[in-house]
Amino acid sequence: MTTVGEMSDLLAWGTASAYAIALVAFAIDLSGRLGVRSVAREKALAAATPASGASTVATDVVDPAVRDTTSAGAVSEATARRAASLTSPWKAWSVSKPLAIAVSVSWMGLALHLAAIVTRGFAAGRAPWANLYEFILVGAFFAMAVFLVVQTRWEIRFLGTIVSGLATLAIVVALNAFHVEAAGVQPALQSYWLVIHVGIAVLATGIFTVAFAASVTQLLRDSRDEGSPMLASRRWSWLDQVPTAAQLELLSFRINAVGFVLWTFTLVSGSVWAEDAWGRYWGWDPKEVWSFVIWVVYAAYLHARTTRGWSGRRAAWFVVVGYACVLFNFTGVNMLFSGKHSYSGV
Amino acid sequence: MSGYRPEGIENAFAEDGAPAPASRPSGELPALGVVGWLRWGWRQLTSMRVALLLLMLLAVAAVPGSTIPQRPQDPSKVVEFFDDNPGVAPWLDKLQMFDVYGSVWFSAIYLLLFVSLVGCILPRAKVHWIALRARPPRTPRRMGRYPAQGARVYAASYTPAQVADAAAAHLRGRGPLPRFRVEQGTETSAGARAPEGEPGPVHVVAAERGYLRETGNIVFHLALVGLLVAVGLGQALQYRGQAIVVQGRGFANSVSAYDTFSEGPWFREENLPPFTMVLDDFTSTFTDDAMPVAKDFTAFVSVTDPAGTRLETIKVNHPLTIEGAKVYLQGNGYAPRLTVKDADGNVTFAGTVPFIPEDQVYTSRGVVKVPDVVTGEQIGLVGYLLPTAQLSAQGVRSLHPDLLNPVLVLTVWTGDLGLDDGVPQNVYELETEKMTQARTADGQPVTLMLAPGTTVDLPDGLGTLTLDDIPRFVALDLRHDPALTWIAIFAFTAIGGLMLSLFTPRRRVWLRVSTRSDGDGPARTVVETAGLARTDDAGLQPEVDALLAFLDTRDPAPDDRPAEDNPTPDDSPATDDLGETR
Ligand code: HEM
Repeated sequence: MTTVGEMSDLLAWGTASAYAIALVAFAIDLSGRLGVRSVAREKALAAATPASGASTVATDVVDPAVRDTTSAGAVSEATARRAASLTSPWKAWSVSKPLAIAVSVSWMGLALHLAAIVTRGFAAGRAPWANLYEFILVGAFFAMAVFLVVQTRWEIRFLGTIVSGLATLAIVVALNAFHVEAAGVQPALQSYWLVIHVGIAVLATGIFTVAFAASVTQLLRDSRDEGSPMLASRRWSWLDQVPTAAQLELLSFRINAVGFVLWTFTLVSGSVWAEDAWGRYWGWDPKEVWSFVIWVVYAAYLHARTTRGWSGRRAAWFVVVGYACVLFNFTGVNMLFSGKHSYSGV
Repeated sequence: MSGYRPEGIENAFAEDGAPAPASRPSGELPALGVVGWLRWGWRQLTSMRVALLLLMLLAVAAVPGSTIPQRPQDPSKVVEFFDDNPGVAPWLDKLQMFDVYGSVWFSAIYLLLFVSLVGCILPRAKVHWIALRARPPRTPRRMGRYPAQGARVYAASYTPAQVADAAAAHLRGRGPLPRFRVEQGTETSAGARAPEGEPGPVHVVAAERGYLRETGNIVFHLALVGLLVAVGLGQALQYRGQAIVVQGRGFANSVSAYDTFSEGPWFREENLPPFTMVLDDFTSTFTDDAMPVAKDFTAFVSVTDPAGTRLETIKVNHPLTIEGAKVYLQGNGYAPRLTVKDADGNVTFAGTVPFIPEDQVYTSRGVVKVPDVVTGEQIGLVGYLLPTAQLSAQGVRSLHPDLLNPVLVLTVWTGDLGLDDGVPQNVYELETEKMTQARTADGQPVTLMLAPGTTVDLPDGLGTLTLDDIPRFVALDLRHDPALTWIAIFAFTAIGGLMLSLFTPRRRVWLRVSTRSDGDGPARTVVETAGLARTDDAGLQPEVDALLAFLDTRDPAPDDRPAEDNPTPDDSPATDDLGETR
C-alpha cells in the first residue's frame, strides 16, 4: 500500500521525467533551426539601425514627433520603434514536430505536477507549500504553468528549453536533496496567511523564472547580433530566429511587471502575517532582508528601463541579478542563515 | 549628465514640432557660484540615474545584515561573534556592521533616495495635474508616422460629420466613466472637398486614455514616502515589554512589571493602557511522532481593565488586543515550584523558577539561586528539567515535551552568587567564579534527581530540596505601535498605485475624416486614423482596428462602399506579431 504522500512523490518523479522529455524535444527543435537565416532578422536589424542606440529604442520611450521633426527621420524612427515593439512583425516560430511534442509533453507534465501537489496537500492536510521541498515543487509548477499559458497567447515557445530545463532541475534537486515526509505544521504556520503569503511568493518566483528565461535569451541574441565570437558559431544560429533583443526585453518586462507586483504583495502580506505571528511587521530577519533586496533590485530594474543608457542590455542584467537573488532567497537563505523563517525543514 | 526627464515634462505626446527640452550634455558644468552648484546638485540628486544608483546601493547595503549577526535582532550572537573574531569584530563594530539597518550609512542611502524621490515626483505630480485638465492633443495632419494606423473609404452618403460622431461615441464608450477623453472639431484643408466640389471642413477626433497610469505612478511613490514616515512615527511612539508569567500568577501593565521594556523616544508612560492580566491556564498539544511537533498552544487569561474582568485566550498567530496594545504568546515552558530548607528546617527559598526549553522535546535549562541563607554560603542549583525522562546507560534524556515522566536533574554550587556586586545578572545563568561545585568522594559532581512531590537532601548537610509541582509559564510580549493602521493603508495604497501604473495602457487615437474626389470620380468619405501609445502597447493596433470596425457598422449604405480602396484588415501595418500562435 502506498500512502498518499508516497503517491505524491511518485507523481513528482513522473513530472520530472515528462519535463526532461520536453526539455530534450525543445532542444531538438532548436537544433533543427540551425543555420536557417531568417529574413525577418535582417529586416529588423536594418530597421533598427538608423535610430541612435539601436536596441535601446524600444525602452527609451520617445515619441517620434518630439525626437525628430523631419519626416524621413520620423518615419524611420517609427519603423525602428515598431521593430522593437511586441506588436511588430516577426517571423512566427514555425511548428516543428519536436516542438509540437515538447509542448504536449509539457502539458502532460503539468497535469502530473498538479496531481503531485494536490496529493501532497492531502497527505499533509494543509496548503502544500510549507517547506523547502514543497516551495521548489510548487515554484517549478508555476514556472511551467506561466510559460505554457503565456505561449498560448504570445509566441514564446523558444523559451521552452530554458524553462523546462530549470523546472526539471528544480524537481530533481528537490526530490534528492530536500525531500521531507508530508506532515502538519507548527502553530506559527497555522494561518491562512500561509496560503496567501507563501502561495503568492511561490507564484511570483515562477513568473520571475519565465522572465529570466526571456532576458537570458535577450542577452544571447544581443551578443550574437553584436558579433560576439562566442556566439558566432552555427550552434547558436537558432538565435537568429527568436524575436529581436528589444522585443525580448519588452517581453521580459511584461512578465517581470506582473512578478514585481506579486512580489510587492508578498512583502506586504508577509509583514501583515509577521505582525500577528512574531509581534512585529518587519524585523530584518535574513529572509526578510533578501526579500527586500530582491524587491529593490527589481525596482532598480524598472527604473533602469527608463533611464537613458541603462535600458536594453543593462536592464537585462538586472533581471539576471534579481533572479539570482530570488533563487538564493529560496535555497541559500534557508540553508545558510538561521532566522525566524527556519520552517523549511532543512 | 543627461538627467531623467519626467514623463510630463518630456511631453512624449507633445504637439508636432514642439522642441524637446534641452538636456545638459554630459560633462558640462553649470555656472559657478553656490546657488548654481546647489541647483546642479539638486538636479543630479533628483535625476533618474542617481535614483537608480541609490537603489542599487540600497540593495547592496542591505546584504551584510543577513550575514553578520545584528545587535537589535540577536545580541547574544554578536557577543559570540566578538569572541570568535576578536580581530575584525571591533573594526566591523566601528563600521556599524552589527546594526546595519540603524547605521548612518544605511540611513543615509534611504534618506537620500527618498529626498530624490520627493524631488522627482512632486514636479511630476504638478505636470500631471495640469495634464489632467488639458484637452487631448490636436489631431496630426500626417498619420503615416504613427505606430498604429488605419484607413477607410466610404461612400459620400456616410458624411464626415456622421463618421466623426460615431467615432467619438465609440471612443467615449457607454460606461459612466468615459473610456477616452474625446475632442471633436473641424479644420479646413486644401485637399478636402465638399460634395459640391467646394473646399469642405475636415472633421477631426482626438482622444486620449490612460491618465491613471501616471496617477498610479505618483500615488505609488508618494505612498512609499507615507510608508516611511508612518514607520518612523511608529518607531518613535511604540513600546514593547516582555514578561514571563507563571500559571496562576499575573502582572499589571506598567513599565516596572515587565522583565524587559523598550520604548520609542516619544513614548510616555501614561500612554500605557491600565489593565492587569492573570494566566489561568495553558495548554499545549503535540504530535505523537518520534520527533514531536507542536500542534497548538493556548494561553487562557483573565484581563481586568476599568471596564471589568473578562476571559480571553492568546494563541500563536492570534494576539490579544487590549486598547490598541497587542499581547503575543511568544514562548512557553515549565516553571518547577521548589522549596529549599536549610539544615535547621528554615525555608530559604520557595517559588517557581522558569526553565527555558532548549529543544523540541522541551529539555529545559534553569538556575535556582538561593541567596537568603541564614548561615553559611549561598547556594546555586543548575540543571535540566526533562519532561519525559528516559534513563539509559548514556545518561538521561527527554522523549516528549509533555510531563509524562518529569525529572529534575540538578548540580549544586556553593559560595558567593555575586548578586551584591550591583551588576545586573542574567537570571538564567549562574556566575560560578566565586562558587565551588559540590562533589562526591570520588570527585564526581553531585547530581540531584527529583520527581514532583519528592524531597532530596542537599550535599554537605546544606539542607533539603523539594520539587512541589511543575506549573507552566508563558513568555508574553506586549507591543503597541500606534502607526500600524497607517502603515497598512500606505502599503496597500502603494500596491494599488503600482498596479495602475504598470497595467494601465496609455493611448492616443486620432481620426481625420474628409470628403474627397479625385478628378471626375464620385465624392468619397475618407477616414484616416492613427494611434500612439505611451509605452509599447500590444493593444494599440487592435484599438484602432476596433474603431474602424465600429465605423463600418454605422455605415448607412455599406453596399456602396468603394471596396477596392479598403485594405483588408490583414494588410494594415503591425498586426501579425509576437501574438497568436493558434
Ligand atoms: C524608495 C525608492 C523608490 C522605489 C522603491 C521606487 C519604485 C518604483 C517602481 C516599482 C516603479 C515602477 C512603476 C512604474 O513603472 O510606473 C517606479 C517607477 C518610476 N519611478 Fe520610482 N522608486 C523609487 C524612487 C524613485 C526616485 C528617487 C525617482 C526619481 C528620481 C523615481 C522615479 C520614478 C519614475 C519617473 C518612474 C516611472 C517610470 C516610467 O515612466 O515608467 N522613483 N519606481
